[in-house]
Amino acid sequence: MSKILKGIGASDGIAISKAYSLVEPDLNFTKTSIDGSASADEVQKFKNSLHETKVEVTKIRNYAEETVGPEHAAIFEAHLMVLDDPEFVGPIEEKITGGHSAPQALVEVRDQYLKTFEEMDNEYMRERAADIKDVSKRLLAHLLGRTLPDPASIDEEVIIVADDLTPSDTAQLDKRFVKGFVTNAGGRTSHSAIMARSLEIPAVVGTKEVTSAVNDGDIVIVDGTAGDVIAGADEKEIKAYELKTNELKRERETLLELKDDETETQDGITVELGANIGTPDDVEGVLANGAEGIGLFRTEFLYMGRDKLPTEDEQYEAYKTVLEKMDDKPVVVRTIDIGGDKEVPALDMPKELNPFLGYRAIRMALGNKELFRTQLRALLRASVHGNLKIMFPMIATIQEFEEAKALLIECRDELKADKVDVKDDIETGIMVEIPSAAILADEFAKVVDFFSIGTNDLIQYTFAADRMNENVSYLYQPYHPALLRLIDNVVKAAHREDKWVGMCGEMAGDSTAMPLLIGLGLDELSMSAGSVLKARSQIKNLKKTDMEHLVEAALRSPDSDTVTALVKEYTERL
Amino acid sequence: MEQKSYFITDETGIHARPATILVQTASKFDSDLQLEYNGKKVNLKSIMGVMSLGVGKDSEVTVYADGNDEEEALQAVTDTLSKEGLTG
Repeated sequence: MSKILKGIGASDGIAISKAYSLVEPDLNFTKTSIDGSASADEVQKFKNSLHETKVEVTKIRNYAEETVGPEHAAIFEAHLMVLDDPEFVGPIEEKITGGHSAPQALVEVRDQYLKTFEEMDNEYMRERAADIKDVSKRLLAHLLGRTLPDPASIDEEVIIVADDLTPSDTAQLDKRFVKGFVTNAGGRTSHSAIMARSLEIPAVVGTKEVTSAVNDGDIVIVDGTAGDVIAGADEKEIKAYELKTNELKRERETLLELKDDETETQDGITVELGANIGTPDDVEGVLANGAEGIGLFRTEFLYMGRDKLPTEDEQYEAYKTVLEKMDDKPVVVRTIDIGGDKEVPALDMPKELNPFLGYRAIRMALGNKELFRTQLRALLRASVHGNLKIMFPMIATIQEFEEAKALLIECRDELKADKVDVKDDIETGIMVEIPSAAILADEFAKVVDFFSIGTNDLIQYTFAADRMNENVSYLYQPYHPALLRLIDNVVKAAHREDKWVGMCGEMAGDSTAMPLLIGLGLDELSMSAGSVLKARSQIKNLKKTDMEHLVEAALRSPDSDTVTALVKEYTERL
Repeated sequence: MEQKSYFITDETGIHARPATILVQTASKFDSDLQLEYNGKKVNLKSIMGVMSLGVGKDSEVTVYADGNDEEEALQAVTDTLSKEGLTG
């Protein structure tokens, strides 16, 4: 009997293969004390295990260097330094001499260091805590005579099933054999998810129960696009997925031919297709899918899931990485958009009854100027490394934009006074996601450099329907003429002032919306990287003048159904 | 016993790469080497010790060397700090 598990799709594609379960052995031990005469033996035992561990880590390092490159192997260099550290080894030996068993001594010294490092206010140091944990685990396994799973020994095609994957697990995996990952823990930004995307293999994370639902050797289907895992799949299911895989592969191959093409309608109007990203690691997918820029870089990842705020340097590095990798293609960075439902442990923010209408995004940033300045300074410093554009989210009034812009200029002048290089002509724009900004677009257009329409929020605010509330989800109507009129107003206002206007919500990559967006005259559309080629292929088949007629009719429609019928009629005529 | 103080000018202080190199350098010598910052002293041959100090920009640190090769050791530390751009 097969079983379907739901998780978070972390890396696209479908894989079908045998499961290899990378489950940690039980490393528990009972506390025993060692008396005087035996402690010398225990110290010797510890030394032997230490030696074995070093040999093993050296092997892993060499292997990682060959397979994934020196950059990933550096972690193991750090592990070796810990194993050689007199302030790590010394105290353990002292404790053993003092009557502790070797495992107990190791765990106590490890925990002391973990406490010190985890309390430090710097990301790098907290990562060192992970190194200490990782290497101590290996040493402990040797002391207890238990074997850790050895992913480097895999020599047939498998899907890795694990609770979570550590850097030392993934560094040992042979890309030729690993067809996919499924984990119990993790989200889209966890190490295993990032690794899967960079290896371009399908992955589903956060399934909670895959390690108990799947046995070693079971045939598993991983659908990283849908976030589905089928454990113990039968013949029929395998056939169906094989068909789907082949179809996707063919489709993908055809689309990849468009990778380096411009995005141009049949009547020669070009549209810029960008991708939305959440972390610097996502840039690879952006480039692989032929996006012409980044239309939305969400910066929240820097703030979420941690208990200290990111420093200016940390942010600078993240922005610089993205800008450099994009090599002068436009990168629109949205400044901090948290508060309300997006909680940040490092900021003590009050719970609100109505978070979507509350203290979030630019409202919160303007109320926490130090926090905002840190981000703006980091962005300004990074500006010299590429084609940066800065976008403020949730702007409702011109004053908010002007206040944010003034702060940006203040930061720029400060940096310049300190002789720090900053680009002069950085475009600054706003997200249009509040109806007030869409309605007053003509006035905004005089002061901003660009607009980007955030449809997810614009729809919920226009229809006064919480998008998290299933009872009102029928009001989430992206094709509704009320919304189209707002978009039309923004585009016309922008173009009258020679400003460009983009869109970065879900709607931008939606194939039903596409003919409307082309007709409305948006200059840029930013979507998830995986949708870019499909959108390009669709746009190449559209004629802008026809789509303008479609839009004329759509704007005069009474409801959403009429608009979708019109879209169908116009596109079927092709 | 030899000792010498340094003023750290590097933007990110002693962390990551420089710490590793500093410890590797120190480990080549027999002498006992200590790094002092903010009233706390650690073994300069210990990566975890050095990093746990969290030495940032614009801070003063002192290195103590004690042993038969103390002068060479201190010189090597001085060279490494300057080569790694920590002391301007």
